[in-house]
Amino acid sequence: MIDVVMPQMGESIVEGTLTKWLKKAGDRVELDEPLFEISTDKVDTEIPAPTAGTLSEVLVQEGATVAIHTVVARIDESGAGGGAAAPAEAPKEAPAPAATAPAPPPAAPAAPPAAPATPSAAAAPPPAPAPAAPPAADETQGPLSPIVRKMAREFNIDLRQVKGTGAGGRITKQDMDSYMAVQGARTVSAASAPGAPAPPPAAPAASAPVASVPSVVPASSAPAPSPSRAEQARTRLEPMSTMRQKIAEHMVMSKNTSVHVTTVHKVDVTKIAKLRDRNKGEFQARYGFGLTFLPFFARAAAEALRVFPVLNASIEGTNIVYHNDINIGIAVALDGGLIVPVIRNADEKTVVGLQRSIVDLASRARSRQLKPDDVTGGTFSITNFGSFGSVFATPVINQPQVAILGVGTVEKQPVVVDGDSIAIRSICYLATTFDHRLIDGALADQFTGKVKSILENWSDEIL
Amino acid sequence: MRKCELRELGRVGYADAFELQQQLVERRKRGEICDQLLFVEHPHVITMGRNGDMRNVLAGDDHLRSSGIEFHKTNRGGDVTYHGPGQIVGYPIFDLREWKRDVVAYVRALEQVIIDALAVFGIGAGRVTDATGVWVDGAKVAAIGVHISRWVTSHGFALNVSTDLQYFQYIVPCGLTKPVTSLRLLGCGASREAVSAAVAEQFSIHFGCEVMEPALMR
Repeated sequence: MIDVVMPQMGESIVEGTLTKWLKKAGDRVELDEPLFEISTDKVDTEIPAPTAGTLSEVLVQEGATVAIHTVVARIDESGAGGGAAAPAEAPKEAPAPAATAPAPPPAAPAAPPAAPATPSAAAAPPPAPAPAAPPAADETQGPLSPIVRKMAREFNIDLRQVKGTGAGGRITKQDMDSYMAVQGARTVSAASAPGAPAPPPAAPAASAPVASVPSVVPASSAPAPSPSRAEQARTRLEPMSTMRQKIAEHMVMSKNTSVHVTTVHKVDVTKIAKLRDRNKGEFQARYGFGLTFLPFFARAAAEALRVFPVLNASIEGTNIVYHNDINIGIAVALDGGLIVPVIRNADEKTVVGLQRSIVDLASRARSRQLKPDDVTGGTFSITNFGSFGSVFATPVINQPQVAILGVGTVEKQPVVVDGDSIAIRSICYLATTFDHRLIDGALADQFTGKVKSILENWSDEIL
Repeated sequence: MRKCELRELGRVGYADAFELQQQLVERRKRGEICDQLLFVEHPHVITMGRNGDMRNVLAGDDHLRSSGIEFHKTNRGGDVTYHGPGQIVGYPIFDLREWKRDVVAYVRALEQVIIDALAVFGIGAGRVTDATGVWVDGAKVAAIGVHISRWVTSHGFALNVSTDLQYFQYIVPCGLTKPVTSLRLLGCGASREAVSAAVAEQFSIHFGCEVMEPALMR
């Protein structure tokens, strides 16, 4: 039986990620035939079989990162392939359970298995003899791989707290994963642990994997506790999608860039609601898509931006850049994110044209068919949180723009009209978030007031 | 001195170049040929490394097709990238057993080749921690992705000379949400030929080999 190990593909390399098995357990392999692939940095490498025979055991699964010289498989040279097929699923985690005391209150001082040499069984109370003290040798961790360094930086981990199980006690990515899983779990589970009578000294979490055989193993060189299944289940680590990362970056950047102020105006959109109701059916039949409130808001905003061009501007250093085109971005919610495609020259479009653009951009956004041009060049944005029932919210400016209009849900409300009478009207709240570096409150309110007045006095029977 | 054949192949489709590389790799392994340095320019193509994430391709298949962009999954390291006109794509078929037997050192050396070649044109390029490639002021000017079989390299680097960077908007290059740049964007008007020559020159220095056109080799 020949061990196949993770090869060292360079002096500084301490671990590799096994990306793909090119053979299955039980397969016949020839000498030098590609057996598996590994990935280090930007390099994918095919690893040939060191000998001919039958691949009898696959010990490391695809996707796992292991230290160099770790045995990843075994090849049976006898060729008979005896006892193949069983791909011994021994995941390369921390060495073994062992040592750190079974959690249940050990009234019975454990079974009597004549322990080889070491006298004190772990369940014994006297804490002094320090059976499970962490090996001091850990001070020197050896070289760290880039991934470990990166994880330490990103998650702010003190590497001295992490037990390395790699070659020469080096810390591998899996050590980091295990450590983080335990840490994540500990905050939750800490309370349940301490009461137990005499937990062995220095054993971090008193909940080592109580394997199916809880017989007390002599506490000799106690390996690091690996997280139990239950502990791991309390948190889940998932990398952000690229879109999520981009949104996060963009949002933080925007908040760091602009002074966000939001002003809210209450708008009576009864006229538009009636106009929409009258035309809804015919509109759908004629154009093949429904008529919503959004194109009215976009139309009104475009008109108001003509009157107050500074809300359609951006800031470059100490200059104000006025954009001649009014290109309105419309925020579209996607699974796990959002995108803001742009209606170019929105001020030149009718309500029908705007509705058509909105439907087209939103559907292409959801099917990921947007072109680069569709998402660039916006000069102002509208976000329609009302479609999710929000009455009003305080949107974040879409940089490098200086203002965004948030549209709340349209609801019927009793309002005081014409002196002292009460009427039922369709009401919505419009929130304008503006960059106070460039736009003062008075101006922002004039702008929002203009949008409001266009909407409330919508005389146009033409869509 | 170790010899390396330089083949300036001009415009070659991605699939053809890939097949050529595979043939050369096999012949190099058998010792039938010396090391090779291929320079090509690909038509618009988006390629995905073995460990790539499809979410980093932002446009749909249909849209890519209708825009005349090919898509290939390939066996190099790294995530997604774009190749197209105006880019120097370099594919060294190089036996690392006769160099350092170190894949990381190989990648770092490729970076250094490009950094030093750009310095010839007055461009101060460098590295970014944990992000392989060559960078200028936080923007990536050259991408690297390598495949190795029995210590023989294939794939390599892509250096943006006058690339239309609009095309990178279809992808998240290498899964990084960082900008890309080109020599043109950096205000360098050097021709493709001049840049290729500088890269070949630096390659010979850093890999200790004589890079020559086949016709000139004895």
